[in-house]
Amino acid sequence: MKLNAFAGRNRKEIFRDPLSLLFGFGLPLFLLGLVRVVNSSIPGSGPEIFRIENFAPGVAVFSFAFISLFAGMLIAKDRMSSFLTRLFASPLTPKDYLLGYALPLLPMALLQCAVCFAAAIFMGLQPNINILYATLSLLPAAIFFIAFGLLLGSIFTDKQVGGFFSIFAQLAALGSGMWFDLALVGGTVKAIAYALPFSHAFEAAKAALAGNFFALPAHLAWVVAYALGTGVCAALVFRKKMKQ
Amino acid sequence: MNALEIRGLTKQYKNRMAVDALDLSIKQGELIALLGQNGAGKTTTIKMLSCLLTPTSGDALMLGYSIKTDATKIKPQINVSPQETAVAPTLSVRENLELIARIYGSAKEAAKEKAQASMEVFGLTEHAKDRAKALSGGMQRRLSIAMALISEPKILFLDEPTLGLDVRARRELWKKIGELKGKITIILTTHYMEEAEALSDCIAILHEGRLKALGSAEELKQQTRTGSFEDAFLTLTGADI
Repeated sequence: MKLNAFAGRNRKEIFRDPLSLLFGFGLPLFLLGLVRVVNSSIPGSGPEIFRIENFAPGVAVFSFAFISLFAGMLIAKDRMSSFLTRLFASPLTPKDYLLGYALPLLPMALLQCAVCFAAAIFMGLQPNINILYATLSLLPAAIFFIAFGLLLGSIFTDKQVGGFFSIFAQLAALGSGMWFDLALVGGTVKAIAYALPFSHAFEAAKAALAGNFFALPAHLAWVVAYALGTGVCAALVFRKKMKQ
Repeated sequence: MNALEIRGLTKQYKNRMAVDALDLSIKQGELIALLGQNGAGKTTTIKMLSCLLTPTSGDALMLGYSIKTDATKIKPQINVSPQETAVAPTLSVRENLELIARIYGSAKEAAKEKAQASMEVFGLTEHAKDRAKALSGGMQRRLSIAMALISEPKILFLDEPTLGLDVRARRELWKKIGELKGKITIILTTHYMEEAEALSDCIAILHEGRLKALGSAEELKQQTRTGSFEDAFLTLTGADI
């Protein structure tokens, strides 16, 4: 009951912010539309990477970066105000806080996937069951992005979270390989990109969408490891902040 | 039984003693004001008593439970109105009240009823659907205190409840706080002399983390042989002007 009440409050705080909705849903749709326009302007069939079945999973991963922003901003604002002091003095437990912040964001991530793939279908993606598998394969990534947002919000102020997010969003976009083929770039860039979770989340969703399920475990293992590691870090930092 | 028994409560930061071996007993239903200048240790004391900060040493028994070991038993029985207004900005007045009621264990329907009753008591009914961030400073503070009371706490902490309010809003809030006297135990911090004098049964003067004096405003004036409570405070805190 306590957890539901707190999670409900957080859901309202996020969904009542029009900028959250605009950036969380509007920007990914804009990117899909932009790439479609760019692709149709290129003679021939256009670059492989910009084909809708390759680009849409990347946009889904990129849109999750905004989930990190929403989570981070919400916690940071609560920390900066006295509202969190009031909650810390209440019977809520650390588990209630973390789940209360995280749970409302998971349906939002799924909604982002649904909107992204629905728009992709409108732009030529073949509708089939693999879209559902691709969405499911993105769940660990969604958890990682939520956990990262919790970590950011537990450490930084709301203004700092905004600044850090712009770097993080770039890293998610470029590091995922949605804009260029990492295999073609190679070298240090490829090594760094494959050490981070973004490219693995992208590759897992792309593989699921193509029905190439054998490729999933290796990529998902990276994402799950990052999600768990970041989640544990966020929980530890949040608990530490509670006691300060 | 005393509502609160503080024994040697101490909080030390690296180079600063925020609260130094505080001893204090507070009876049930009593309103005690912790009075002191900025940095006197008032807020740190409240944070320790409301289980937000761990004491460096000493302990306090709240309703018989130790703040060091029994926080889970204490928290459902207390509530806090922090120094700054602590409301969820995009929730309405009603939603803020229902949220706190539910966090403290009320079922959904009971929370609605409590929120309605609370809005009537605090004159917030006509703002029920207004978002908290749209309220004036005085109304936000009123909501903040209503949120602290909706859980029906046995002990209520009010940290600088009228800070930044205009005279009228302050007087209105004093009236609301005055109506609670005798019903619940209230620990109020303030650095307004007249607030401590007007509201409290007992005043604890803190200075540099230490308890300098304890008694009613009248007793403290007699003790210091001063004509006004402000002079008594200045004398007790060793800051004659």
